[in-house]
Amino acid sequence: MDYIIQQVINAIQLGSIYGLIALGYSLVYGVLSMMNFAHGDLFMLGAFFCLLLEKIIPLPLWLALLLTMLVIGCLGALLERLAYRPIRHAPKVSAIITSLGCGLILENITLAMSPYPRHMPTLFQNSIFHFHGITISSLQIIVIGISLLLMILLDVMIRCTTLGMVIRALAWNRLMVSLLGIPANRIISFTFALGAALGAAAGLLYALTYPVVSSSMGIAIGWKAFIAAVIGGIGNMRGALLGAFILGSTEVMSITMLPSTYRDLIAYSLLLIILIFKPYGILGEPPTQKI
Amino acid sequence: MSKQQKQIVYFLFFSILLLVGCRSSNQSIKIGLNTELTGEAPAVGASCVKAATLFVNKMNQDGGVDVGGKKKPIELIIADNGSKADEAVVVAQRLITQNEVVAIVGPNISSCAVPASEISENMGCLMISPWSTNIHTTTKNDGAFKKYVFRACFTELVEIPLLAQFAMSHLHLAKAAVLYDMSSESPNSAAHQFQESFLKAGGKIVAMETYTSQDRDFSAQLTKIQASHPDILFIPAYYNDVPLIAEQARNLGITAQFLGYNSWSTPEIIQLDSHHYLDHAYFSNHFSTESDSPLVKKFIQSYQSTYGTAPDDIAALTYDTMGLIVESIIKAGSLNRTAIANMMANIEDFTGVTGTYKFHQGNHDPFKNVIVLTIENEKFVYVTTLQPE
Amino acid sequence: MIRLLDEFRCHFAMLRKHTIGLTRIFHTDHLRRSGSQMDTALISKSSSGSMDSYSRRQTSSLALPHQPSRPPRHDQYEISGLTSFYLVVLGGCSSFVIPELCSNYITCILITLAINAILCVSLNLINGYMGEFSVGHAAFMAIGAYGSAIITVKILPLIPFSLSSFLTFPLMVVAGGLLAALVGIPLALLSFKTRGDYLAIITLAFLMIVKSALENISYVGGPRGFLGIPPLTTLPWVYFWAVVTFWIMRHFIHSKWGRSIIAIREDEIAAEAMGVSTRSAKMMTFVISSFFAGIAGGLFAHQIQFINPSSFDILRSTNILVMVYLGGVASLSGSLVGAGVFTILYQILQPLGVWRMVTMPLLLVLLMIFRPRGIMGYQEWSCFKLKE
Repeated sequence: MDYIIQQVINAIQLGSIYGLIALGYSLVYGVLSMMNFAHGDLFMLGAFFCLLLEKIIPLPLWLALLLTMLVIGCLGALLERLAYRPIRHAPKVSAIITSLGCGLILENITLAMSPYPRHMPTLFQNSIFHFHGITISSLQIIVIGISLLLMILLDVMIRCTTLGMVIRALAWNRLMVSLLGIPANRIISFTFALGAALGAAAGLLYALTYPVVSSSMGIAIGWKAFIAAVIGGIGNMRGALLGAFILGSTEVMSITMLPSTYRDLIAYSLLLIILIFKPYGILGEPPTQKI
Repeated sequence: MSKQQKQIVYFLFFSILLLVGCRSSNQSIKIGLNTELTGEAPAVGASCVKAATLFVNKMNQDGGVDVGGKKKPIELIIADNGSKADEAVVVAQRLITQNEVVAIVGPNISSCAVPASEISENMGCLMISPWSTNIHTTTKNDGAFKKYVFRACFTELVEIPLLAQFAMSHLHLAKAAVLYDMSSESPNSAAHQFQESFLKAGGKIVAMETYTSQDRDFSAQLTKIQASHPDILFIPAYYNDVPLIAEQARNLGITAQFLGYNSWSTPEIIQLDSHHYLDHAYFSNHFSTESDSPLVKKFIQSYQSTYGTAPDDIAALTYDTMGLIVESIIKAGSLNRTAIANMMANIEDFTGVTGTYKFHQGNHDPFKNVIVLTIENEKFVYVTTLQPE
Repeated sequence: MIRLLDEFRCHFAMLRKHTIGLTRIFHTDHLRRSGSQMDTALISKSSSGSMDSYSRRQTSSLALPHQPSRPPRHDQYEISGLTSFYLVVLGGCSSFVIPELCSNYITCILITLAINAILCVSLNLINGYMGEFSVGHAAFMAIGAYGSAIITVKILPLIPFSLSSFLTFPLMVVAGGLLAALVGIPLALLSFKTRGDYLAIITLAFLMIVKSALENISYVGGPRGFLGIPPLTTLPWVYFWAVVTFWIMRHFIHSKWGRSIIAIREDEIAAEAMGVSTRSAKMMTFVISSFFAGIAGGLFAHQIQFINPSSFDILRSTNILVMVYLGGVASLSGSLVGAGVFTILYQILQPLGVWRMVTMPLLLVLLMIFRPRGIMGYQEWSCFKLKE
């Protein structure tokens, strides 16, 4: 029983980190219907930026988190301005390839700057609680807490504020929104920044939990989070969260029940099976095709 | 000029660039370094380059190598294989045919060393891998040794059984769990070798868990391991994963003794492990910096003064590899590739910084001792030397 | 090798210009053909163009830019089928001579170039001509490589009598290709249901599954890799396979299927409404594309002599994508150009070290912004066109 509860905690922790990254994917897809494959690398940059910040001046966690989100958010907006805006009206394939290329550029520049994995300093005293054979650390609680807080904030923002309404409207019909006098370009930049900031926050939390930071950390987890977003129905915020927790628990479950070598095989097969039966994800809707 | 013709002109231009780009002079002894400067193990390649450069500078300051009565300087040609098998093959081919090297040092990672060794064997150019422990690097499919391929380190077949015995007889721990990186070649075979030898030594394997490289979360696997209550946790993994595994294991309440093998031996591992979760963990290695031998002391001193860090095992093995090559060149008295390889196969007592080398009875894997180290006070501390039978 | 061929072709074309006045005849032929292509472009424009301004969904379809309906070019000289045949034979002869004259390194680069060209043209069929986006091409390559390697290493020694590798090698490579084609069928079935982004994800998941499965099968060495593959891939063989691939592709693209997939790219619903059997065309495309990727994999395995699952990762797929979009979408000559420029640039940029890994994607991004069609997008050298 303890064993199972422990594994459930593991699954929640994994799922909440996947969720934060998956939200970034979904946010950008919702507005631009474009897959931003550079997102995993923005996540990595978030971790690196925080590391750099802590090397220069040791800041408390909340300040470091805010600063990292701000700077990487700006970087995300810059990326959108330089690389994605010129091709916005080009076919979508160009957008996918550009984002793949941007991701590789960011990753390899970081690699050239810092070829070795770095150690992430701890930002607060971590204490470990044991009850009845279950172990949970204060770090885990903080990570899960911050992730959930950010997710709820985003959901509230999208649903209840004017800005959120504009973003939703933009996702619905970009041309119409522009006709109504709303600066669509600015909103799109903002959405990108928001997505990047979420990714950066996830990167920071991830680096705190697993304190080795390297330039390739964005790839594997980025793809996993992307899959989470797709399972839930890409473009759908709640779907992204659902997908993240499904993926997290499937991975933990497959390790628990089967030899752990089958984990990736099962995770990707799950994706394939879900896409066979629900071709647009669990909560996604098929795009209406007009003739 | 039409567009199409322009394209053809560009094409020709590129191909001429390619042909012109690879010319080099013929005055010195050229040794190629086929190593992993980018990709999954950049630290390996960096150490390798540092040690080789140190050696070459030292030899050239002394006036070069005596080849048949004539002193010639060494020229080191460094090439990056990106830790990829196909790149390693292309690089090996380029070093042999374009740069016309007399010998190749590297690759270090087995997944690159095995295919590159095929090229060296087919084209008849000496290749010594400082660090590759896979048996297929030096042997053909039928078990015979490749004529031109050697290695400077011991294999997992030597190292891991000794480590398993060490765990049983010195540490008196008999219940082991293994958590290994299944997608990397060397950790994978080390894990299976350990399973086999540990069972043979009378121990018990209670859990075999895996992960894939790039993973950071091991909590699910470790929770499973904890449920089996092991005395030893053997972690064959590349150095950047080990501190994470150790930390997560301790946080989950696993108190088992950590055990590792030669992949741990970079000083980077200590920097990554700032909370000392790895203290008192044992691992087997090629080389210890605490040796009393003047040769080792001199090597460590010059390495430290040049680069500011202590050498790791790859640096030491690369240094020995270069020494072995130069020894064979001097003995052969010519720069003939086959003559050098023949001389190499007859080396009986070459003393390098990692011990004494002996390639006896046509064996291309050196006969060497295994050293056990532990981590204490942010340093590798010598524990014991294990001798193969 | 093939560059050499183009040089010769250029010479021939010049000669023809000055001596024989045949160009006119070919020219009218060309006009007629491009005229019909313009028609299709117009039809698809009128069906989707007016919708663009109203519907975001429509712009989000994965369709490539409409083929520019430019007037036929007057500076193109065509060579007859017979001349191309001679050139191919000439190329074949030089593929025997080059390994003797040049260093192994040059030969090795040329072999890599030819394998890359096969991969590139097979991916171009899905990504360029059909307008879908596949990122899982490395998976087909892996299946072909492992399939042919298993036959060479594990099955052939079981046959009591020995066969010369001259006979068995093409069979092994074809077997690897067939295996890859077989695996391509389920992917084609999935493509009936989904399109665009989701299909891209499916191919990605497929790649991960294949890689993960290979890591779990100890029969093929698992993550340790497959050892002991004999070095059977030689320059004449890859040349042969490259010629076969390009020849079949050329015919495929000008066949009923080829025209169908171009119609699918322009507008799938309109194509279906016009009576194009989209399902069989898609099936055919996936099977052929994965077959040739498998062939390339088999050649690759017998060149490197060692394969492991991590050599068929997402990075390899990305490299093939770079070649396709560098060379030019929906163009056979573009595939050749892309593979050539990529392979050679990759070697030239070697001294840059890590920064080489930055220049390649940077090139790709700049290309996407300034010339999204690639160098040769939608254009064709005349030797890759089919005479009517």
